[in-house]
Amino acid sequence: MASVTLTDVRKVYHGGVEAVRGVSFEVADGSFCVLVGPSGCGKSTLLRMIAGLETISGGTVRIGERVVNAIEPADRDIAMVFQNYALYPHMSVYDNMAYGLRNRGTPKAEIDARVREAARILDVEPYLDRRPKALSGGQRQRVAMGRAIVRKPQVFLFDEPLSNLDAKLRVQMRVEIKRLQRSLGVTSIYVTHDQVEAMTLSDQLVVMNAGQVEQIGTPTELYRRPATRFVAGFLGSPAMNFIPAVLRDDGAVSVGERRVAVSAGAGGGRAGLPVELGIRPEDLRVAASAPGTLPLEIEFVEELGATQLIHGRIDGVAATVQVATGAAPTEGTLALAVEPAATHLFEPESGRRL
Amino acid sequence: MEKRAVFGNRALPYALLAPQIAITLIFFYWPAAQAVRQSFLVEDAFGLSTEFVWFENYIHLFTDPGYYRTLWTTVVFSTAVTVMSLSVALLLAVMADREIKGATGYRTLLIWPYAVAPAVAGVLWIFMLDPSLGIIAQGLRRLGIDWNPRLNGTHAMIQVVLASSWKQISYNFLFFLAGLQAIPKSVIEAAAIDGARPWRRFWTIILPLLSPTTFFLVVVNIVYAFFETFGTIDAMTGGGPAKATETLVYKVYADGRLGGDLGGSAAQSVILMAIVIGLTAIQFRFIERKVTY
Amino acid sequence: MVERRSLWGTLLPHLVLMAGVAVVAFPVYLAVVGSTHESAVIANGQMPLYPGGEAIDTYYRTLVIGPSRSTREPVAGMLLNSFLMAMIIAVGKIAISILSAYAVVYFRFPLRMAAFWTIFVTLMLPVEVRIYPTYKIVADLGLLDSMAGLTLPLIASATATLLFRQFFMTVPDELVEASKIDGAGPFRFFKDTLLPLSRTNMAALFVILFIYGWNQYLWPLLITTRDDMQTIVIGIKKMIVTSDALTEWQIVMATAVLAMLPPVLVVIGMQKLFVRGLVETEK
Repeated sequence: MASVTLTDVRKVYHGGVEAVRGVSFEVADGSFCVLVGPSGCGKSTLLRMIAGLETISGGTVRIGERVVNAIEPADRDIAMVFQNYALYPHMSVYDNMAYGLRNRGTPKAEIDARVREAARILDVEPYLDRRPKALSGGQRQRVAMGRAIVRKPQVFLFDEPLSNLDAKLRVQMRVEIKRLQRSLGVTSIYVTHDQVEAMTLSDQLVVMNAGQVEQIGTPTELYRRPATRFVAGFLGSPAMNFIPAVLRDDGAVSVGERRVAVSAGAGGGRAGLPVELGIRPEDLRVAASAPGTLPLEIEFVEELGATQLIHGRIDGVAATVQVATGAAPTEGTLALAVEPAATHLFEPESGRRL
Repeated sequence: MEKRAVFGNRALPYALLAPQIAITLIFFYWPAAQAVRQSFLVEDAFGLSTEFVWFENYIHLFTDPGYYRTLWTTVVFSTAVTVMSLSVALLLAVMADREIKGATGYRTLLIWPYAVAPAVAGVLWIFMLDPSLGIIAQGLRRLGIDWNPRLNGTHAMIQVVLASSWKQISYNFLFFLAGLQAIPKSVIEAAAIDGARPWRRFWTIILPLLSPTTFFLVVVNIVYAFFETFGTIDAMTGGGPAKATETLVYKVYADGRLGGDLGGSAAQSVILMAIVIGLTAIQFRFIERKVTY
Repeated sequence: MVERRSLWGTLLPHLVLMAGVAVVAFPVYLAVVGSTHESAVIANGQMPLYPGGEAIDTYYRTLVIGPSRSTREPVAGMLLNSFLMAMIIAVGKIAISILSAYAVVYFRFPLRMAAFWTIFVTLMLPVEVRIYPTYKIVADLGLLDSMAGLTLPLIASATATLLFRQFFMTVPDELVEASKIDGAGPFRFFKDTLLPLSRTNMAALFVILFIYGWNQYLWPLLITTRDDMQTIVIGIKKMIVTSDALTEWQIVMATAVLAMLPPVLVVIGMQKLFVRGLVETEK
């Protein structure tokens, strides 16, 4: 096992397009790191540079103590699970898993033992003689994982491995991947654009945007204290509400004419600065109309079963509140109370947290 | 379209390309260049001396009524072959496209003439059309037609057109059938709901939707009639009688080999190349997908 | 079809198709019949429309002895020449074009596009338009009357390269990447993955190219002067150049049947691959 260390890693394409603009972070030995971000943010490129499938334009990638910039993918001691699985269509499941070991000259008996062990763990033993075409999506996914496992690599790399599965299977496989990673204890780097996958799988979450890292931390840290407006908006479903406001000098902001108390110490001494007030839909409480509350004009309601999402507008700005089903009227105007500790303030220009 | 994942090897790609490039250069580019060079030269009867004569060979060609006659023969021949083989093939394809029993059986029975060599096709048809022993020739004679392709140029032309079209039907049939099957059923059903009867549906819906296939086949058939029918013509008429069935390709062959006029033959080759390049450019519309780098 | 059809509507397609099949098959049927009658019967124009009793004798003479009055070459040898030529052309074309397509698609190197276009342009140069200069080069290389001279100029082909290139483009990039991670270099990837995946395409192409090679006419006509180098398609034509009365039509027809048999069997036996190959090469 090994850690993975990225130092100021860059990727510049021929046309001068900068896909990755200086990324540094470390993935601790045995931990599960998820790279998340919208499409085109450079997360896949970064993963492929770690794998050795893309050249590294600048900076260094270390696996353990070894700088691997100039090392062939096959010699980096990694294994990769691809989005479309990339199973060899003309080989049986067994051969798909054994291929990499054979190329490495692993003894036959050991190949056999490893493949059967992986097949047992992944529950694909009955299909070892089949071709990938004869398998369901979930089974192919398992074979792709098996191909990674048999290698006993130092690092697992996952490139959106679940996005070709249907919703139900995706949840199921997500749990299995997590369980597998826990039991094998192999350092893993996982790329996804799905923030639920990102939150649930990761020990360490890296949010990327436009080729740069927005924030690194545990999922809870990022969710509780997003460092930028981008992270705040990206993580969490339904997404955080952003309401234009103006800083006051008394530990509060003005939303229109209303004074709304915010978390202590935010942006002290910069009264009059326009800011964005971020509040998660579940952090808004329905209350009696009072001076510190925000009025939501209800437009429509989405039913989620246990809870409801009430969509509407606060001073003309779209906003959403999540309440227990039946806990609030579904027409007219709601008065919403804000818990100061659950507020986030962002600078509109830089998007940085205040 | 470009591959994202490639190998970084330096020398290997050249080694992989070497056989094809070598053969291409030696047997394609070098002869083509020679043809162009030779078309500007005149060689004496013994091949002892050559003289650079600029465009004389070309001027000679274009002032020769014989060349225009060959050109005309080629146009008549390829038009006849194209129209005939396309219309028969379309008729058969439309019939086979209907949901009838045994459609695949019919397909099997119709496609194999593709495999018959043009020269052999010619031989088969001589056997039927030969004035003294051919079965069809005898039938024609009984109808009072003085069928004699050995002396009558029109008869000879009909003969080579029949044999050449016969061989090409299967190819056209396959492509028409594929084209017809690619037309969505729902479109035809919509037309039926709009009250179009079968005959009308064919003219207003099916034929227009089939036009890309038709266009492609027209080009392919012209190329076929120009070049691949050499064997048919050589086996049936040898270009005769009195050059009535001499096409451009046949003339290149005849002038170069039998007449020994290498310069003139080369000039004709160059003109033919220009024609092929023109036809290929037209066809490029269809190949373009392959070369969109 | 949409509406219910009358009896006439059901019958018409069958009638038309049967007529079509008859037109297509009749010349061949006649050749088969012709190969079973005596020469004299045919020459008189008295040949019946049903097979006669001379089949064994005729085919034996055709294959083993050859026509006594014209080429004198037994057809068995021609068949072998045709077979060799068709095989070498088909296998050779597939081999060199799959390699060049592999180079063009899976490598980046200086002059890559130049190489591609060099090959692509040959699409526009059928052998017929450069026949004498090519002849001269083959003669200068001392390859007249040789298998090499017969096949090499026909082996390079843009079509096959384009077809393989087209197919390689549809092979997912991830397969190369997975192979790289699995420790396979360019040789292993080609041998273990790309070649097995191309099998159907190769077979389809083989069917088309075998027929192409077998049916060659103009080039073998020029390049072969020795009778024992003749292909069957050339041989058959030489049997009828002599004046009418001397032509042994039963042998000509037997030769025609033998010349058609291998490619026709290939087409019928591998119909699926044939159709696929035809459509793919022209796409």
